[in-house]
Amino acid sequence: MVTYMNTSLPSLEEIWAWLDSVSDPEIPILSVVDLGIVRNVRWIEENPDFTTEQTSPRVNETSVIDGGLRRPRAQRTRRSEPTLLVTVTPTYSGCPAMAVIKNDIQRALHQRGIDRVRLDTQLSPAWTTDWMTERGRKRLREYGIAPPAPCEHGHTPNTERSGKAGPNAERQTTLVPCPRCGSSDTRLVSRFGSTPCKAFYICNSCLEPFDHFKCH
Amino acid sequence: MPLATNHRLEFVLRLADNCLILSQRLGEWCGHGPELEEDMALTNIALDLNGQAQNWLEYVSELEGEQRTPDTFAFLRDAAEFRNCLLLEQPNRDYAYTIVRQFYFDTWHSLLLTGLLDSTDERIRAISEKSLKEVRYHLRHSSGWVIRLGDGTEESNRRIQKAIDDLWGYTGELCTPDVVDETLCAERIGPDLSTIRTNWLTAVHDVLTEATLRVPESSWMHTGGKQGIHTEALGYLLAEMQFLQRAYPQAQW
Repeated sequence: MVTYMNTSLPSLEEIWAWLDSVSDPEIPILSVVDLGIVRNVRWIEENPDFTTEQTSPRVNETSVIDGGLRRPRAQRTRRSEPTLLVTVTPTYSGCPAMAVIKNDIQRALHQRGIDRVRLDTQLSPAWTTDWMTERGRKRLREYGIAPPAPCEHGHTPNTERSGKAGPNAERQTTLVPCPRCGSSDTRLVSRFGSTPCKAFYICNSCLEPFDHFKCH
Repeated sequence: MPLATNHRLEFVLRLADNCLILSQRLGEWCGHGPELEEDMALTNIALDLNGQAQNWLEYVSELEGEQRTPDTFAFLRDAAEFRNCLLLEQPNRDYAYTIVRQFYFDTWHSLLLTGLLDSTDERIRAISEKSLKEVRYHLRHSSGWVIRLGDGTEESNRRIQKAIDDLWGYTGELCTPDVVDETLCAERIGPDLSTIRTNWLTAVHDVLTEATLRVPESSWMHTGGKQGIHTEALGYLLAEMQFLQRAYPQAQW
């Protein structure tokens, strides 16, 4: 228990456990913690002018048309109160699930009695599937989705950069075992799948089609 | 540094508009792709670019002092206020044109974003780092198709060669610096476009050679997009993209 002005606040361990109950809306067997998109959770003392505790390159919440004028941010708080700051990073720049995920995180924490939650988006370091938990990978496989293989940190090597790798680059560079029968004899059908994070494969052994959570 | 600030804003707006306009063009293929996998591919790429445009426009909005939101930038500007390169607004025509436009852009885009990883502007660095991972994947797709169509049948070779030749004149602008590019390069915010031009030519040459396609020799190039002087194609694109906000101002859903 952390105390703030004689008030007991839930511990960060408890909060991480609560966040672990928030599912990815597209792949419900994965939690947002499994996905590795929750980068940081901490209590902050939020000031009315909102000038403190800004994390590095952050992006504001999804905007809507509001007559061309942005509502001032400072209206959100009046006096200094403990606020839970949750920093998340997007999977893909345009993934529509991110807006739902943020709402779901807000709602889950509100339901646990945390009224003051601030969600910040952090772009750098960019999300990688290497941040997915082992449990997440196991759950994906059991769900019928081939989990991502570990990718190299940093950036894709130059050998994969150009068209020299050709249209079948994935077949040569990545082994994607079938999540159903375990065979490594699989082939890429489509580099792009039902969501930004997946590619589409077929197993040559059991002939089942399956999704592959792309290395990213 | 008001002047430099304006140049920075202008530079980021160009990055945003390139992504936004190409995203809209690719979205036109939704439900019309030559095969299901390509329909998904182009719309997935469109989605990535749309998200990147959103990230850049958030920054533009902040640089401008938050007078306009990203949506205002997208839906309530006229053609002359857009700063995308002319290549990106060119119509889809057939799949060869769509792929060649994508390939020319992806090659340049990945080189540019790589250069921007060294930017002295932290925000530009962060958005570039995020975007680059996606763009490298796009490049694998588009260069793979250039090779398949070029080194495919006589018909596919003939048609993609025509697209290569016809769109070539829109590629010069990507690497031709103006005062904005030069200022940002001098301040180490933006990359040196002459280096990118050299690397772009090499990369394009390599893929076209493997695709058994000829590299065009013409050196005459269209210009103007970065300064807001567009081809007529952009007006039609905006008419569709902005219709809802123009017809029903401030509509929300």
